[in-house]
Amino acid sequence: MIEAIISGANGLIAGFANLHWSNPVMIAIGCLLLYLGVKKDFEPLLLVPIGFGCILVNIPLAGLMEKEGFLRTIYDAGVITELFPLFIFVGIGAMTDFRPVLENPYTFLLGAAGQCGIFITLLLALALGFKYNEAVTIGIIGACDGPTVIYVASQYAQNLLGPCTVAAYSYMSLVPVLQPPIMKMLTTKKERETIMKTHKKTVSKTTALLFPIVITIVGGLIAPKGLPLLATIMLGNFMKESGAVQRLTKASENEIANIVTLLLGISIGATMDGRVFVQPTTIIVLILGLLAICLDTVCGVIFGKILYLLTGGKINPLIGAAGISAFPMSARVVQKEGQKYNKKNYLLMHAMGANAGGQVGSVMAAAVMLSVLKGMGII
Amino acid sequence: MMDRWTFGITMLVVGMGGTLLTLVILSLIMSIMKKIFPYNPEKEK
Repeated sequence: MIEAIISGANGLIAGFANLHWSNPVMIAIGCLLLYLGVKKDFEPLLLVPIGFGCILVNIPLAGLMEKEGFLRTIYDAGVITELFPLFIFVGIGAMTDFRPVLENPYTFLLGAAGQCGIFITLLLALALGFKYNEAVTIGIIGACDGPTVIYVASQYAQNLLGPCTVAAYSYMSLVPVLQPPIMKMLTTKKERETIMKTHKKTVSKTTALLFPIVITIVGGLIAPKGLPLLATIMLGNFMKESGAVQRLTKASENEIANIVTLLLGISIGATMDGRVFVQPTTIIVLILGLLAICLDTVCGVIFGKILYLLTGGKINPLIGAAGISAFPMSARVVQKEGQKYNKKNYLLMHAMGANAGGQVGSVMAAAVMLSVLKGMGII
Repeated sequence: MMDRWTFGITMLVVGMGGTLLTLVILSLIMSIMKKIFPYNPEKEK
């Protein structure tokens, strides 16, 4: 009888006995993510489920990521199949107003410049010895676009899914901290004080309605491997602009986006098992991801400076920093920085244009990248 | 199998060039569409 009691009691301490040294570290990181999400308001919708998933998967013997474990079931159903990021994209499309970029189509180019970091980081990752598919996935962190990172990582480097996703979402939330010093460093006081003319409303409903269709067809023909990314975001936007399917639009931007965000977050957190996560590669990925987003900002601002010179000082180069996909956070940062140097400066709408261009640019960059890889026979 | 350097430079040139070119094409198309379907405040109401 005593043996039975001891055996039974052993069952209660088995969890502690099987704790690997890396598990408490990851539980602490999970708690940190929860803290950042709840207390610091850093992308709470994602960091809270990711943090919780991270804690869950680091409790030994629960088997949540083993075959038929509930987290494994969610992960296989939505991440491996790439469905979750695509559903999120429908919601993003339904929530995003692309009119600011249509007001000034040149801002598309700022959205392109804001993707340079992706390709430079890819080169750095290759130089550090990462495999081709891993280097591409690390570079994509520079898209500053969580669902794109998840889509590419789940397809081509599942071993980096956790670190890349955490890097993408964490750095996106750190945009207000990361961008201002770079913006200040690369511009002169005179450039930062440049006042841009406020533009009148010039986009017709027909143009706004045709925009998602044109992007889908032209973008899809140029980069067919990225069509799922392009098509889903544009489907959401078309539904919003048409106004004919308001129930679907509302469901996409609310219920579907919320449910998928929860499931996506918790299953991404579930990839952060200490035994595979706590290794030098993770640190390198996090550093490269940070570098990618900083390089995006550098290239965006430099392109903004080129436009400043070409237009004879009519464009404030600060709006180049908004050419990344962190929408609309980056545009807000530009507005705040612009006002810091000139109280009469209202850069928000111009920055929103660049930011919407960055949204399209990041998806386009990923689509082009995948199609180039396909063309080279890598995938 | 191509070497890492060739792969990286190809991705940089074709990838970044392709992204830029695509967005240039899209911005041109959207500029043309704005001219074909100009904003008309009364019609929009």
